Amino acid sequence: MAANDLTKRPALGQRSASLRRRHLLAALFKACCVGLTAAAVAVLGLLIYQVAADGLPWLDMQFLTNFPSRFAEKAGVKSALFGTLWIVTLTALISLPVGVLAAIYLEDYAPPSRLTRVIEINIANLAGVPSIVYGILGLAIFVRFMGLERSVLAGALTMSLLILPVIIISAKEAIRAVPASIRLAAFAVGATHWQVVRAHVLPAALPGILTGVILALSRAIGETAPLIMIGALTYVAFVPAGPMDEFTALPIQIFNWVSRPQQEFHELAAAGIIVLLVVLLSMNALAVLIRYQGTRK
Amino acid sequence: MKNTDLPLLEARGVTISYSGNAAVKDVSLAIYEKKITAIIGPSGCGKSTLLRSLNRMNDFIDNVTQEGQILYRNSDLYGADVDPVEVRLRIGMVFQRPNPFPKSIFRNVAWGPTINRLPGDINVRVERALKQAALWNEVKDRLDDSALNLSGGQQQRLCIARALAMEPEVILMDEPCSALDPVSTARIEDLMYELKQNYTIVIVTHNMQQASRVSDYTAFLESGRLIEYGDTDEVFTRPKQKRTEDYVTGRFG
Repeated sequence: MAANDLTKRPALGQRSASLRRRHLLAALFKACCVGLTAAAVAVLGLLIYQVAADGLPWLDMQFLTNFPSRFAEKAGVKSALFGTLWIVTLTALISLPVGVLAAIYLEDYAPPSRLTRVIEINIANLAGVPSIVYGILGLAIFVRFMGLERSVLAGALTMSLLILPVIIISAKEAIRAVPASIRLAAFAVGATHWQVVRAHVLPAALPGILTGVILALSRAIGETAPLIMIGALTYVAFVPAGPMDEFTALPIQIFNWVSRPQQEFHELAAAGIIVLLVVLLSMNALAVLIRYQGTRK
Repeated sequence: MKNTDLPLLEARGVTISYSGNAAVKDVSLAIYEKKITAIIGPSGCGKSTLLRSLNRMNDFIDNVTQEGQILYRNSDLYGADVDPVEVRLRIGMVFQRPNPFPKSIFRNVAWGPTINRLPGDINVRVERALKQAALWNEVKDRLDDSALNLSGGQQQRLCIARALAMEPEVILMDEPCSALDPVSTARIEDLMYELKQNYTIVIVTHNMQQASRVSDYTAFLESGRLIEYGDTDEVFTRPKQKRTEDYVTGRFG
């Protein structure tokens, strides 16, 4: 009873030493978090400032509409920008249905067997494989074996392989987040499994799925290694007209410019980075917008 | 109990196990048409499991095995030629927590009849179901609002309307009031009394006052076994088993 004897406790205004220490610890932890976040933001800010300082003077319509050139004043990113847009579009068209259907299968249909578990674990492992390995795979399968050459299609297929694990995992998470009670309610009014998935699981999971897909595509946009591996060109003076055309992409063009000795080309690379960042940030903004639309409903 | 009618639903020697652990043990029970049958018993006694077996909702749980028979109008509910979708068309369900679809009030009720292509005007059907569930007056002007904006009690009545719109013969209710306040609970109990005219209701509840208030028959389950089953009045006032008496008088559980 002694411990509960309220009369022996200090008055409310007097904090005990232990409580003061706990508050101090909490304040220290908060300061740590704020400090580290600020450091990360500062580094990012510095990076963007440097890129902007170098690149902005070069950024004009001509930069977007010109093909690369060995004269820095005439050089532009038209072919690289279009190449990147081609790759992203094709990659989305390939990886979205495959990834989402795989996720639906694994979450909703696959029997809870050892085989299913092995598949799920390996998909998680694949998400961690270095991108260059996918490049080698793409070179062997799409470029050589399937004879697709150095085409946009070969690049998009390789990129799809690269981001499929991420798409499947995020889509699985989104599908799993749909409450079981909703599924049961749908089954209880005489729905078939497909009707439950189609009318309730997919709509509820869609914002999450699309966010995952767009973030994965953003990653694909920045990838250089697998594209170099499958033989994307570094100098292209035309815009791909179809999926079987040769291509280049923004990160490859940037890499190419950076590796030249002249200062002007380094500044061009900075301008290219800005273009790449704008494409990337617009895609992320789209992801945020979709998520917002989804949660508002 | 003195009911000589043919049972609508009948469990015969039903044993249900999760990964080998029996949750329901050798239960035989007859459910009669247009009556309310309550299943009571302490938590974990298997009453929800037994209820779910009556419209094959246990099919969605992994590692469930079931022995014995469940007959619906004398045909096997689990027969090889029986489609579980058909079963759930005739035997609807209301769950423990209100679980409306995150869609409009109208679509919550209309979805089941639409996908099953039930005959008649869907607007008429939705209105009828909402009226039966005593919700129509509260929602008639905002049928396109999200069901999630309704209160908990309204959501549960919406779920009842959703089940009624299918015009099932039986409605299974799994502790339908356990997440509701006393006022909402009273409304749903009144509603069950109304619904008895047209529907057969099986309700699982751990609220004994509720069971004694609304039901015609009461089954008492303990540790998966059916201890006693009979007229509600008898089970509550003159139980044959000592354990039933202990439970309904609140000596344990």
